Amino acid sequence: MPSAEAPQGRKIRGRAWVLGDDINTDLLAPGAFALAPLAERVRHTLEAVNPRFASDVQPGDVLIAGANFGCGSSREHAPEALKALGVGCVVAESLARIFLRSAVAIGLPVLVCPGVAAAFREGDPVEVDLAAGRVTNERTRTVLQASPLPEMMRELLAAGGVLPMLRRLAESQGAGRGWIDDLGA
Amino acid sequence: MAMTMAEKILARAAGRPTVALGEFVVADVDLAMVHDIFAATVFALLRSAGFSQVWDRTRLVAVIDHLVPPPTEAAARVHQQIRRDVTDFGLTHFYDCGTGICHQLLGERGHVRPGMLLVGTDSHTTTHGALGAAATGIGSTEMAYVLATGRLWFRVPETIRILLRGTLGSGVGWKDAILHLAGRMGADGAQYRALEFGGPALPAVGVGGRLTMANMAVELGAKFGLFPADAVTIEYLAIRGVEATAFSADADATYAETLVIDLTDLEPQVSLPHSVDRVQPVSAVEDVPIDQAFIGSCTNGRVEDLQVAAEYLAGRHVHPHTRLIVAPASRAVEQEAMERGILSTLLDAGAVLLPPGCGPCFGGHQGLLAPGERCIGTHNRNFAGRMGSPEAEIYLASPATVAASALFGRITDPRRVERSLRYAVR
Repeated sequence: MPSAEAPQGRKIRGRAWVLGDDINTDLLAPGAFALAPLAERVRHTLEAVNPRFASDVQPGDVLIAGANFGCGSSREHAPEALKALGVGCVVAESLARIFLRSAVAIGLPVLVCPGVAAAFREGDPVEVDLAAGRVTNERTRTVLQASPLPEMMRELLAAGGVLPMLRRLAESQGAGRGWIDDLGA
Repeated sequence: MAMTMAEKILARAAGRPTVALGEFVVADVDLAMVHDIFAATVFALLRSAGFSQVWDRTRLVAVIDHLVPPPTEAAARVHQQIRRDVTDFGLTHFYDCGTGICHQLLGERGHVRPGMLLVGTDSHTTTHGALGAAATGIGSTEMAYVLATGRLWFRVPETIRILLRGTLGSGVGWKDAILHLAGRMGADGAQYRALEFGGPALPAVGVGGRLTMANMAVELGAKFGLFPADAVTIEYLAIRGVEATAFSADADATYAETLVIDLTDLEPQVSLPHSVDRVQPVSAVEDVPIDQAFIGSCTNGRVEDLQVAAEYLAGRHVHPHTRLIVAPASRAVEQEAMERGILSTLLDAGAVLLPPGCGPCFGGHQGLLAPGERCIGTHNRNFAGRMGSPEAEIYLASPATVAASALFGRITDPRRVERSLRYAVR
């Protein structure tokens, strides 16, 4: 499985999968497979939108989405499936609240980038520079600037998500500080 | 500094006198909820991170409600694991199979207090804003962090004020008000923001109506769907042994926007497939044939909802081509509806009664749809593939509209159907 560890410093390159507005969690992770093993769940990711997605998506590919991507349920299965399929980054006009939190919490790179939906066609080669928040369509040479994620979320993504932070906290037997302790300090 | 409800709660939970809009704060969580789809995962994550205890075993409520009774061996195994986890972590509050839907139980069993900060592994956790709690959904990994530390980060949201004015007409309900709002604001109209309901009609909104509206706040993208705690709230909580005092925003709090819903002019509303914000007045979609009608869910599965349905269905039978599925939101709801004769009225009308729980709403079982089938339901989401085939269609409406539609086998304006007043007396 491709790693999303320390994505800050690397550039993500792949093909664009272009999606519309309001791509919801039932499309990303249908409820009927909620208790199925991850390997089975990922086969149904976006199948109602594009039945070839789960079989054809390649590590590093980038989802280019419209507004409100990931709306609906709190199911972490949605970002988890994208991460497991090797999706390099989700770049959307806007991200639904819980999806954004959970993506960052599990270390799936995401960017909010106004204008991105109109700048890509299916299959366009795309490069995402996460650290700079730059999204490039390598076919049209269009370069878009994403809105920066809050610093705390960038740190969390760079660290691979919440779980490594939680492990560190457990190892310090409660004496350590959680990463969130530095917020607003 | 004058604060909105969301700001007051986040400031208090973060141990701060005030908070600034857009600021990130670390706050103490007052109550956490996990249900059967994610509970075992959350406990496994907690263990894998090296924790064998939760931060406070009295502040977590675990509920088995989505797959009840278990439709598959896999579900039964997950439930078995959750029961072990509940024992191992020594949790004080656990509601097993058949007690009810998590969002019904938290209020009904007196877990929610005005001013609380509450998180749950379910997007419809916004429901508890009905009782004045800042309540919102989070994912499994963040819940593991909460269970380990009792804390989580929050961004202080802007608040949109929704003023309710006028009086609902006969056949029109609070579900219609929130569907109307979803149509007006869009599925991301309140993205990252809080909704705060108020206005002159507030005292007329019972806790049931507040739960319905706060429940669907998330369908507009909202982080919280807050109602002030007033006399209505205090009475509801007192019956459940919870002492509470009034809680509301400061009078001169700053809102990002204020919208008014005029209840007097409101028609019954229907949300069309496959997006909650595709809302039309019922008159625009009347006569669309339906195969299934569903009355239940955390949105509209309470006694008052079943009662409204019974008012339309008393002494009648659902259309021969339509199946009516009813799932009470909790065992207490089911018992009260049974004692009042509501259940037998629904059964006489041809309803299939499901055990208390989520029923078919989240697509696990108990009423899934074939390609080309249409369902009208009182629940909260109509995404493609939500209830079985992605080629099925789901319409969302009030209990009155769903019951009237079940009678005629097509979407029907409840105002055109005579209702029995047999259940109108409480």
